Amino acid sequence: MPRLLLRNACIAICMSMFAAPAAAVEAIDPWPGLVQDIFDNKPIGDGGDLIALDMPARAEDAAIVPVTLRIKPDTNSGRRVVAITVVIDQNPAPMAAKFVLGADAQVSEIATRVRVNNYTNVHAVAETSDGKLHMVKTYVKASGGCSAPAIKNVEESKARLGQIRYRQFTKPADGAHGGAREAQVMIGHPNNSGLQMDQVTQLYVPAYYVDRIRLWQDDAPILSMEGGISISEDPNIRFTYVANGARTFRIEAKDTDGHVFEKTWKIDGSTM
Amino acid sequence: MRYRTLTIAAVIGIAVQTNTQAQERALPVREIASGVFVHEGRIELASSDNDGAIANIGFIIGTTAVAVIDTGGSVREGRQLLAAIRARTSVPIRYVINTHGHPDHMFGNAAFVADGVTFVGHHRLPQAMATRGPLYLDSFQRSMGDALLNDVRIVPPTRLVDGSLALELGERTVIVKAWPVAHSDSDVTVFDRTSQILFAGDLVFIRHIPVLDGSIKNWLDSLDDLVALPARRVVPGHGPVSDWPAALADQRRYLGTLATDIRRDVKGGRPIREAAEQAATTERQRWELFEDYNTRNATAAYSQFEWE
Ligand SMILES: [Zn+2]
Repeated sequence: MPRLLLRNACIAICMSMFAAPAAAVEAIDPWPGLVQDIFDNKPIGDGGDLIALDMPARAEDAAIVPVTLRIKPDTNSGRRVVAITVVIDQNPAPMAAKFVLGADAQVSEIATRVRVNNYTNVHAVAETSDGKLHMVKTYVKASGGCSAPAIKNVEESKARLGQIRYRQFTKPADGAHGGAREAQVMIGHPNNSGLQMDQVTQLYVPAYYVDRIRLWQDDAPILSMEGGISISEDPNIRFTYVANGARTFRIEAKDTDGHVFEKTWKIDGSTM
Repeated sequence: MRYRTLTIAAVIGIAVQTNTQAQERALPVREIASGVFVHEGRIELASSDNDGAIANIGFIIGTTAVAVIDTGGSVREGRQLLAAIRARTSVPIRYVINTHGHPDHMFGNAAFVADGVTFVGHHRLPQAMATRGPLYLDSFQRSMGDALLNDVRIVPPTRLVDGSLALELGERTVIVKAWPVAHSDSDVTVFDRTSQILFAGDLVFIRHIPVLDGSIKNWLDSLDDLVALPARRVVPGHGPVSDWPAALADQRRYLGTLATDIRRDVKGGRPIREAAEQAATTERQRWELFEDYNTRNATAAYSQFEWE
């Protein structure tokens, strides 16, 4: 019994290292520090006329919170959005994802899913082709109750490791050639946070996540994402772009263990 | 780092536990069959106002041992449950069974840590508690406050159930059965053969909307196995003690409707958020806390059916 007590005490104490009380966390706005760490303290202007960031006001399932970025057409300036970084200020790893937009793909919408640990500001920072930064933000309430930003079914998650799915959504406006297309990719991966102890070994599980996803139509980049542990398990990106007449769609994903997952489809959706 | 000192204090505090117990009033419990007691939690979200006492918890008294089934949503509730047991029997508490790892069912565990007490749970529960414990302590700080949370410790089970386990309480045996990932990844049920009462944990919700934190498909698949248990009455994880298996009908309809709606939307390419906000709305008037959990359930279900 003393051994059990000691172990329980140890678990509780170790846990306290991440479980900083919410009130204390909120007293300090992490954003200025994040601007320094992520954006090298570059000035960030208002991005409201360039991009929109859409999230529910409350994280319903803390492990799967939908995020949608919309890139507005910039008619007069001649500059374009080249990258968007999503930052979830109060998460253990605030930098959730950096999307780089293919030069000719005219990406107009990107939707993915993130984990939200606590009440938090979420920032989306767009970089334009003139090197300037532009920001929009929203506030998300944490999920209540027993929802946690954790994997629900570890065995099923292991079983689909490395599986890749691709889907095209037909839109009434689609022409036979070219035009805006909406598609989705999903990669089976636990995207483990590493902030958890293995009960058998009593060691912290190393973080294990998809850190890069790249998408092409033939050889032209559509979109890439550098991601971290704030991206939900089974990383999922739904996006709208303009087809260039390519015959193939290709995805390449890499995780922190160096595994590379690749797949190519004919543009009609069948696997090559 | 406030927790660190407080946690050590909490561990030391076990030595003087009996003093604290004396100060706690007994939790109101009802004897639903001879030797089987239940406290019905409030159908609410956990908060500082309700001490986190939102789940149904209870105990079964044999001639040689008492089994506790879930310890409540705070150490305060756990101590009150302990006081309720002590007011009714001097038979020692031998087993504390956690039906799963959600805070409202296990945040009271620390009240029962003592020599001779074995914590019992699903074989996946220790890992679930290690992964989620710190997240829960963090996220419940806001709704429940320091006063209730400071004593909480994550106490994992040491007697693990894979399949089923019979616990002898003296002239009655209870069967602890481990389930596949359903409501959560570590659900067990407790069946008392003598009274034919089933403590279903959160595998069964009545009046309180079911909450999905596991696998919707497995949960639906598990319903027939649940029905097959030879129980007469059920203590759901949330909601009133009811006749079995009639009480399962509403939950079966809700989960079925949710699955049908979400499968249709995944197939049709409807985006996750839109689908989640529109799913199972025909069920809105039939459940308490619908707005608090339905979109969450639908979001989780969507991310699962996408891989079918
Ligand atoms: Zn539960």
